Amino acid sequence: MLLGLMACSMAARALSPEQALAIAQGDSDARIAALNERVTAQDAQLAPFVEALLADEVRLAGGKVYLVRGSAVTVAGSGASATLPEGAEEVVNNNRMRQALEGALAAFRLSSPDREARAKALADLRDVIDEGLVPLLERAAAKETDERLKAELAMLKAKALIGSADASRRLAAAELLANSPDPAVRSLLMEQLAQESDAAVKAALQASLVKVESRLVWGERLGVLFTGASLGSILLLVALGLAITYGLMGVINMAHGELMMIGAYATFVVQNLFKAYLPEAFHWYVLAAIPVAFLTSALVGAVLERSVIRWLYGRPLETLLATWGISLMLMQAVRSIFGAQNVAVENPSWLSGGVQVLPNLTLPYNRIAILVFAALVLVGMALLISRTRLGLFVRGVTQNRRIAACMGVNTARVDTYAFALGAGIAGLAGCALSQVGNVGPDLGQGYIVDSFMVVVLGGVGQLAGTVYAALGLGVLGKLLEGWQGAVLAKIIVLVLIVVFIQKRPQGLFALKGRSAES
Amino acid sequence: MSTQLGVRGWTGVLVALVVVAVLVPVLNLAVAPGSALHLSDFYVSLVGKILCYAICALAIDLIWGYTGILSLGHGLFFALGGYGMGMYLMRQIGRDGQYKSDMPDFMVFLNWKDFPWHWAWSDSFAAQMLLVVAVPGLLALVFGWFAFRSRIKGVYFSIITQALTFAAMLLFFRNETGFGGNNGFTDFKRLLGIPIDQAMRVFLCALSGVVLVGFFVMSRAIVHSKYGRVLQAIRDAESRVMFTGYDPVAYKLSIWTLSAVMCAVAGALYVPQVGIINPSEMSPAASIEMAIWAAVGGRGTLIGPIIGAFFVNGAKSWFTVAFPEFWLYFLGALFIAVTLFLPNGIIGLLRKLGGILSSSRRSPEARK
Repeated sequence: MLLGLMACSMAARALSPEQALAIAQGDSDARIAALNERVTAQDAQLAPFVEALLADEVRLAGGKVYLVRGSAVTVAGSGASATLPEGAEEVVNNNRMRQALEGALAAFRLSSPDREARAKALADLRDVIDEGLVPLLERAAAKETDERLKAELAMLKAKALIGSADASRRLAAAELLANSPDPAVRSLLMEQLAQESDAAVKAALQASLVKVESRLVWGERLGVLFTGASLGSILLLVALGLAITYGLMGVINMAHGELMMIGAYATFVVQNLFKAYLPEAFHWYVLAAIPVAFLTSALVGAVLERSVIRWLYGRPLETLLATWGISLMLMQAVRSIFGAQNVAVENPSWLSGGVQVLPNLTLPYNRIAILVFAALVLVGMALLISRTRLGLFVRGVTQNRRIAACMGVNTARVDTYAFALGAGIAGLAGCALSQVGNVGPDLGQGYIVDSFMVVVLGGVGQLAGTVYAALGLGVLGKLLEGWQGAVLAKIIVLVLIVVFIQKRPQGLFALKGRSAES
Repeated sequence: MSTQLGVRGWTGVLVALVVVAVLVPVLNLAVAPGSALHLSDFYVSLVGKILCYAICALAIDLIWGYTGILSLGHGLFFALGGYGMGMYLMRQIGRDGQYKSDMPDFMVFLNWKDFPWHWAWSDSFAAQMLLVVAVPGLLALVFGWFAFRSRIKGVYFSIITQALTFAAMLLFFRNETGFGGNNGFTDFKRLLGIPIDQAMRVFLCALSGVVLVGFFVMSRAIVHSKYGRVLQAIRDAESRVMFTGYDPVAYKLSIWTLSAVMCAVAGALYVPQVGIINPSEMSPAASIEMAIWAAVGGRGTLIGPIIGAFFVNGAKSWFTVAFPEFWLYFLGALFIAVTLFLPNGIIGLLRKLGGILSSSRRSPEARK
């Protein structure tokens, strides 16, 4: 502490050994104060020293600070080469200290001639801002020519001053912060409000808080809507496969979730193959994984249909039990092959990150991609069912199996194709899920109840119903989740579905005519 | 088969009673541990557990085998009964818990000062046993009324019952619900002031057996009564039953509620024997397994589900010790094999074999 004060009193242009010691030793508060003092003094030698600190290359021994770069050892501050004494200790930086060090580096970049670099520096400073850095910010603001960055600098200054000991500075900061677009300002204001003693500042804080909140509310609303639509798009992908197997064929496939799991594991395998053999094209592995996931699941589906399910047509309860048995075996098989732990599926770079729409609303690329993907699958399936020969056959067999057979349709083969198609779409859903969630043997279990709810709600034999039900349940679920928490939301949705079925036992879009009666 | 239990039937019932209520206790408690006839504590607890499962299988059989309603949510009623008993057992721990408090440990841990409202009766055995029956019964009644009234049936009903137990599981996983969250209830010390030791466990095992036999006789009476005939008619052709002037809702609702209550009683007997109840009993998988006990044994017969419960759970306890990684393969294969090849389960298989044997014994040409 004493050393820190001494270091502060000797305001030299270049980093002295004493100042280096003050930054490297002592408690975090004193170290940060010493560090910020040097940052404000725009010490040119500080940056390499801070970098060394961050890289754990600094050692302490006998009140001296040494920089260790490979085999070369120098005394910090003077730059003289030295030998490292016995028992030199490594300088340990806790998280707070690390943030401050990174902030110091960012502060240096504030005076960079490149606008992008300055903007980046401002963003980095946002979390480490401290009253000690205010003079630096003021200097940077004086030099800044870009209006936007200037406003951001002012905002940053307000943030630094909100905790100031001087009430008038706090008041000014509180008023300034009302215009901040940063969502973190709300908690900052609330925190300060809780401990504020000055009445005038309190009122200003309150007023700013109201303003900030009213600005944030839209981002939050849209955020809920987006996560709802995102969940809905996942449910849609899951339910589209079910719409074929259950909706068109009347087969309750409890192994649907496991077919998704197979799709997700297929994605995992493709990812690993790309990693091993095509590392330069790794980022495009997802595109290769899509057909692989589809074909793998479709193949498993076709085998299942040929071996088990075809014997159970017209006996839905038995199908339910048999497919449950299949799901148990598939899960155990995956456990035997890949282990019981979750496996890691990485997002390719073009799917990580997100687009910032509002200050507190960032839409992740992977979720957007799934929304688009679900829409594409939906369109593809609708075209397949309504425009192709296979679709015609599937519809024909669904409506009247015997007449279709009389017309020369090979109904058994159509069943196999249709079931494989449903399974393949489940595989696509699994491929999509692998980009947003965990991939493990019980991946499918979590979605099976929800997806059957979608089919029940949407009604049998209808794609449109499935779409509306999936998106509706997704958005409704997320809205309720924001209001009542995830568990109660699920229960409320369930109760609503039960009540809804009272009114419309055949789902949202019931088939009219004789085929609706079963 | 006769409409009432004949002499042979009653003899069978009597033998079963003697086995569970006399033989099991004597072989475990009175025969020395070294003796070849000694029944180890492990087997007593296994038999006790399976007897409770058999009650569930019987309950499922009444609604599935005889009424054609497949419930995938009976684990919920089983667990609710278990939780009802568990609440009483938690109060019986008294001040012997980790925190030496009147409150159960998990409530002390959550820093609760008072019992939640639904624990009001938990220190009275009689009241709590009433709840064990009443709560699942009422839930089944309300849920069933809504479902049957709007003629939800078949797979729709199965899926909704599955969602019901899934939602309940999520609810019970939460600490705020007041049922111990993830961990549920455990560490029971005594029942009615008597420590839960081996003698108590043997008694509970025997009691489960007696209850099972009692339910069996009751179910037997039900399925052979006029009421039971209507149930089977509903299973075979519900529309025709309606056209004949019966209202299926009342029939379905009553047997559905009875079945739920039977499961709840099984749960209440199960919990003190195994010493734990947690929300995993409500998982959809647990409920589906109950259905397979009935299917394996042979639904539509009353003895079948009991045999099925013993067969599947016996296999489970053997597999999980001998080949733990193959148990799910076996169970899965069982689901498939039973639905594909044995629609009438083990009983159907035995009957078929019996038919072949008796006809070949008579004369070769009589088979035609």
